[in-house]
Amino acid sequence: MTSQRVHFYQVGSFAVGNRLLNEEERTIQAQADRTNSIDSGHRACQGCGEALGARYALDAAMRATNGQVVAVNATGCLEVFSTPYPETSWRIPWLHSLFGNAPAVATGVAAALRAKGKKDVRVVAQAGDGGTVDIGFGCLSGMFERNDDVLFICYDNEGYMNTGVQRSGATPPAARTATTEAVGPEPGNVFGQGKDVPRIAMAHDIPYVATATVADLHDLERKVERAMEFHGARYLHVLVPCPLGWGSPSSETIHIARLAQESGLFPVFEAEYGVVTSVSHIRRPVPVEEYLSRQRRFNHLFGANPRPDIVAHLQAMADENIARYGLIAPEMEHSS
Amino acid sequence: MFQIRIHGRGGQGVVTAAEILSVAAFDEGRHAQAFPSFGSERTGAPVVSFCRFDDREIRTHEPVMEPDAVIIQDVTLIHQVDLFSGLSSDGYVLINTSNGFSDLGFGDFFDHYRPERLMTCPATEIALEHLGRPLPNAALLGGFAALTGELTWDAIDKAVREHFSGPVGERNAIAAKAAFDYVDSKIKETARASTN
Amino acid sequence: MLRQIEGSKAIAETVALCRPEVVCAYPISPQTHIIEAVGAMVKEGTLAPCEFINVESEFAAMSVAIGASATGARAYTATASQGLLFMMEAVYNAAGLGLPIVMTLANRAIGAPINIWNDHSDAMAVRDSGWIQLFAESNQEASDLHVQAFRLAEELSVPVMVCVDGFILTHAVEGVDLLDQSFVDAFLPPYEPRQMLDTEAPVSIGAMVGPEAFEEVRYLAHLRQLDALERIPAIASEFFEATGRESGGLVRPYRTDDADTVIVAMGSVLGTLKDAVDARRDLGERVGVLGVTSFRPFPSEAVRDALASARQVVVIEKAFSIGAGGVLSNDIAIAIHHEQTLLRTVVAGLGGRAITRRSLEKVLEEASRDELATLTFLDLDRDAVDRERARMQATRRSGPSAENLLRDRATVAPKVRA
Repeated sequence: MTSQRVHFYQVGSFAVGNRLLNEEERTIQAQADRTNSIDSGHRACQGCGEALGARYALDAAMRATNGQVVAVNATGCLEVFSTPYPETSWRIPWLHSLFGNAPAVATGVAAALRAKGKKDVRVVAQAGDGGTVDIGFGCLSGMFERNDDVLFICYDNEGYMNTGVQRSGATPPAARTATTEAVGPEPGNVFGQGKDVPRIAMAHDIPYVATATVADLHDLERKVERAMEFHGARYLHVLVPCPLGWGSPSSETIHIARLAQESGLFPVFEAEYGVVTSVSHIRRPVPVEEYLSRQRRFNHLFGANPRPDIVAHLQAMADENIARYGLIAPEMEHSS
Repeated sequence: MFQIRIHGRGGQGVVTAAEILSVAAFDEGRHAQAFPSFGSERTGAPVVSFCRFDDREIRTHEPVMEPDAVIIQDVTLIHQVDLFSGLSSDGYVLINTSNGFSDLGFGDFFDHYRPERLMTCPATEIALEHLGRPLPNAALLGGFAALTGELTWDAIDKAVREHFSGPVGERNAIAAKAAFDYVDSKIKETARASTN
Repeated sequence: MLRQIEGSKAIAETVALCRPEVVCAYPISPQTHIIEAVGAMVKEGTLAPCEFINVESEFAAMSVAIGASATGARAYTATASQGLLFMMEAVYNAAGLGLPIVMTLANRAIGAPINIWNDHSDAMAVRDSGWIQLFAESNQEASDLHVQAFRLAEELSVPVMVCVDGFILTHAVEGVDLLDQSFVDAFLPPYEPRQMLDTEAPVSIGAMVGPEAFEEVRYLAHLRQLDALERIPAIASEFFEATGRESGGLVRPYRTDDADTVIVAMGSVLGTLKDAVDARRDLGERVGVLGVTSFRPFPSEAVRDALASARQVVVIEKAFSIGAGGVLSNDIAIAIHHEQTLLRTVVAGLGGRAITRRSLEKVLEEASRDELATLTFLDLDRDAVDRERARMQATRRSGPSAENLLRDRATVAPKVRA
């Protein structure tokens, strides 16, 4: 009789409905008593990655802190769709000030809590990539430098989506946006230096930095809970596809996020005090084309006038990430 | 009201000097005001500070346009800056230098001034002797007190010690006394000479 | 206790007595001595519990104050000029959110050209923001006003800025009677927020408001400032009862009752003006001074009453609206029955140019002969201006005007002009 080892891949990320898992292994979203920090009825687009990410992140933060979270939000999609006048979806204390000051406002909230001796109440600040990477960058770095007790979550959909899909400092090269149209000899966004905020956060040596995507929601929850074990400045960068801005089917948000991770274009890892402590390995690396071709924002790289040179350039970037973080899974054991 | 203008260069304690004068006047129960005329902070740049005191409340905040006394902490300013603008012919001048007043090249500028009110004092040398540093401001305040009699030595002494606490205050007060004595003896010398 | 103390330090010590819980600031001349002093008090523990945050920009300073105030903490910051402009988005945001933040504005000119000295252009730049703006005449009033400011702000849920002339007041050492802790504690109760980020009672603060309700929100803010028109004198009156000092209030008339000409001004120039007016009074002229202490809300009624019998009103202001004219003058004009009163504007003190008693007496002299133009720029060097205009006329590449003027003047060292 021959036997063959069968690998069961983790059910979690493919079925966060979690019915097949033991209760302790289910996500918080599977619990009936979850906080619903951001409740249903908000106005996010169908398939919005940010709504999904925020829901998981905030409820995880609430569980980790026994419900003692104050949220600060930058201007952006999340703020707009969660508080459509005259309603709010927030069931937790929530403050929206401006576009570029979420980190500083959160610093102020944390300072007030400290002055008042409310040690158990924790602060979560959240912003899109615009409010983090561009206009919020100065305040973000200041918050890191002072090590203020704030968990800052960036929901990165790689552009200013709320205002009509304009390019941000987080927009990947070659992507089409309204301010980087797919025309001319260099269609889409230019190949600049990029702005790798997770690495910049690590360069500040803050207690905890992590990246995550909405393709692995267990992982996202775990990272939020891990972050809440620390005091001081913490940064979480979550890739959240935007069906509208990326030109992808609203049913494929999670799938596309997974492809981003599995191609190496979006490395998923954790770091503490400036040193990488864990990476999410790629079991089967996926060529960047598989990721890019599902999004209309990269259409101009394929079809009638393809740009294999640009695709190759992007592949090189992915390969560099794979090398830098050691993203390929160690060889699996094979039974004889 | 008695108004003083102090000229010097950044780093010589010009602003502090005005402040100490105002504290001395305050300690004597008068109303006093001291403030600088700032340039952007820079050592070596010309700096002006003002002090005024009065027995009545002081309401104005204009710079001292018509000083009763001018203190020059840095003699190199003499031909660079308009130091004596607004000074009445009854005014006092105290210049930090080891030269005599008549050696400073003023020509006939001070012909109509009262010579016993024009004084020099080697405040930098005095400061070097007692402080070990060329900071003439406290010394000049002692000289001012002796020259004008507007503030008592005790008030200056107390204000100097209050401002520079501990041993530094002690040494500055000694320097101020040395300058006070220097000017005081010069005045008496001049008075004796003129009665002879 | 009466102390001979630098204005900035007096303000800092008074602010500390107000028990702020979060202080955040970014250094800018001439505010630095204030925040340095508060920072030292927090660091050595004399001001506690208080968090002192060294922020990375003025924009962050106001933002930290917003977060702190929304969390129920008494929040304080200070700035000037360029810093105020850099935080302007947050300044409007704080007022719009109804957060009772108190800020010291060490009035300083706005560049370009860069200028660190005093004028009122910074305060004028945010006059429409919804902040209450109070102008201090002296360092005594500057420190007293901060206590009143916290009280006013928290009562009405409106942020308050105390305007203090940079360098002229902030860096002047004068006698200030400092209040003590027991007085301030009695005058200023602990902060009871109208809205607060509280895990026990969650609220959403800062939601979008569309055309359906925006006008109403703005109008409510306006009503709160109109409420302030009553609260400001009431608080000042209470303060007077307790201290015997006239600090705060809406306007401060001086010898205006029978005045034929009244000079209107704000801030430290009022002291010099009073000396000038006394001198003219000694010559038999009927002149008076009206200090405006509360610039926002603008005390139209109080101004109208004070100027009712004046034939001529001369507004001396340290700011002007380029291409238009006086700023304070505008508000004065609307308040009084302009048709019956001669209104003259004198722009003075821009960029820190000293306003001397002599120049003021000259203005009063011309006013007494009805010889003041509608708009005068005091002590303007007309020749220098004309020379630059001629240069610009002569060649296209005439160079930066500021540098040309400086070179023209051949400034080697600061001169005090007689």
